[in-house]
Amino acid sequence: MIQLLAFYLFAALTLAAGALTILSRNPVHSVLWLIVAFFNAAGLMVLVGAEFIAMLLVIVYVGAVAVLFLFVVMMLNIDFAALRAGFIKNFPLGILLAAVLLAEVLMGVGVVQGGALQLGTPDGSAPVPAGAQNIEAIGAVLYGKYLFLFEVAGVILLVAMIGAIVLTHRERKGVRGQNIARQVARRPDEATVNMQPDVGKGVSL
Amino acid sequence: MDLMHSLRLVAPEELLSLSGLALLLAAAWLGSARAARVITWLSIAVLATCTVLVLPGLSNPAGAEVQAFGGLYSADAFAAFAKVLIYIAAAATLAVAPPFLEKAGAARAEYPILVLFAAMGMGIMVSAQNLLTLYIGLELNSLAAYVLAAFLKTDERSAEAGLKYFVLGALASGILLFGMSLTYGFTGTTSYAGIAAALQGGIAKGALFGLTFVLAGLAFKVSAVPFHMWTPDVYEGAPTPVTAFFASAPKVAALGLTMRVALEAFGTQAAAWQQIVIFAAIASIVVGALGAIGQTNLKRLLAYSSINNVGFILIGLAAATPAGASAMLVYLAIYVAMTVGGFVAVLMLKDGAGNQLEMLGDVAGLSRTRPLIAAGLAMVMFSLAGIPPLFGFWGKFVVFQAAVEAGMVPLAALGIAASVIGAFYYLKVVKVMYFDDPAGKVIGQSDMVHAVLLLASALFISPAGYLLTKCLGHFAETAAAVLFAGA
Repeated sequence: MIQLLAFYLFAALTLAAGALTILSRNPVHSVLWLIVAFFNAAGLMVLVGAEFIAMLLVIVYVGAVAVLFLFVVMMLNIDFAALRAGFIKNFPLGILLAAVLLAEVLMGVGVVQGGALQLGTPDGSAPVPAGAQNIEAIGAVLYGKYLFLFEVAGVILLVAMIGAIVLTHRERKGVRGQNIARQVARRPDEATVNMQPDVGKGVSL
Repeated sequence: MDLMHSLRLVAPEELLSLSGLALLLAAAWLGSARAARVITWLSIAVLATCTVLVLPGLSNPAGAEVQAFGGLYSADAFAAFAKVLIYIAAAATLAVAPPFLEKAGAARAEYPILVLFAAMGMGIMVSAQNLLTLYIGLELNSLAAYVLAAFLKTDERSAEAGLKYFVLGALASGILLFGMSLTYGFTGTTSYAGIAAALQGGIAKGALFGLTFVLAGLAFKVSAVPFHMWTPDVYEGAPTPVTAFFASAPKVAALGLTMRVALEAFGTQAAAWQQIVIFAAIASIVVGALGAIGQTNLKRLLAYSSINNVGFILIGLAAATPAGASAMLVYLAIYVAMTVGGFVAVLMLKDGAGNQLEMLGDVAGLSRTRPLIAAGLAMVMFSLAGIPPLFGFWGKFVVFQAAVEAGMVPLAALGIAASVIGAFYYLKVVKVMYFDDPAGKVIGQSDMVHAVLLLASALFISPAGYLLTKCLGHFAETAAAVLFAGA
């Protein structure tokens, strides 16, 4: 009973937050509503027993992606009047796209009713450990069976990082680096100088 | 204990990644530009060590004892053969890079380090026994390659090459992944052996789609027609040492990978992919030969030549026999020597101020100003054209022989006819060098390393190379047998 209530609560809030994401006039509010939607979707995932995906939603989508959105929205000065001006002009195109998507949904329903696809059977090389939580199961596969690939994937990320630095880093002249030893060795008597300017000559504008 | 065994089998990859990391730290400490030359030579030493490490594997038959990490990776004779070629080609193209990059003001230690990581990815590609391993290896190689193509960041052409390669490469990876997901869905496994077993009885339509997309993605990586469009632009725009690298080592890796996928994973359904490969082979040979005719840039010309050669190599795959696979490996070994020789010769073309020359007009009358470069380049061209006394002929001969033995006489006949068209532009280069009035542009001195490498590859493709046919053929046969062990 409580699960059913929780489901309806999360589902209703997800839908409402999703609707408000596209309806709110202020883009910053849109992103905030999106975060609400992510949190409720995470709640739904916990309800179906996929706690790993729930955590990913919170950590990756809320923690990283939504914050990035927020930065972008705040930094870009978007002119909404200009954006809306194209609305009527592009209206027929929008309707056309909506019709295509609707047709796809209807076809999808037809396909589902047509019966299951003849897929291959899993070869059983990566069985789910009995009684394991899904985080445990993913961990067992990732750090056990696919350890080698996991490590090499780390190397790929390293290569991407080296690449980004190689392609964007420029040696600049006249950069003042921090010399920690000099900072630490500095004494009060060399850092401050006592001046006694004449009256009315202390500031030059 | 099982883990220790696996770790021993992946020793070359471990050495490459660890030394890559160590050299990266060394570069950060010593200063990237200052340490560039030292780190380049250290990287060559690492690649040489890796070559020595994989040499004993040249006689490993397929089997459980060479499988690492529960059948994700195999250190068999086929992988060893391809890795020897990859490491040698990577080392050779590294050795010619420092003078070029120093002149361009882009001498940085990250260059050899990226090549090391690319070589690691290529090694994983040819050792893959699972679609996941395949993809991880391919991406490791590709990501390093995108950066290398754009390495001269102040040069517009290099940046364009890098961007083009990146966008099209990402598209090809997407196509490949889509095919792999379909294959997984309809066979229930990502391991090659599992796919072969699942397709024993027949191939479902979904799996057939998967196979087609996988082959399309791989055709992009080997630059086979109709997925070749990026090749001339990227080869022309990328720095010449990088082009030499692209044309040699990754070609071996991608073709080795394609062989493994076609013959191991889809080996039980050869009829399903043979027509695709036959089309790609013929189209590559014809487009490669016709496209090169109008080229005035030597790098573009060599790019079309590589498309053309990939077509010939794919004829061996179309045969789908052990003889065809072994012929492909022999051809690949000769192709690497010819390509490295060709690009080294192009790198040696410098004007008085030390700037690189790469136009066909620049080499006019080269035989009178720099007879040695002209002789080397002429040998490479004759060999690429497959003119008999040179070793390039042997590669074409074994491939055609395998095709004829497999009953594909029309395919072989078409290939021979197209190679005659191809001979036209190879001979045109020789004619320009030997019979045109000297342009007098190529007067700059080149590095000793270049001369040595050109000499070595010229020696390999000279008639003296035929002394190697027996030993090369033996290793290629052992390697090819691995692919048919399961069948």
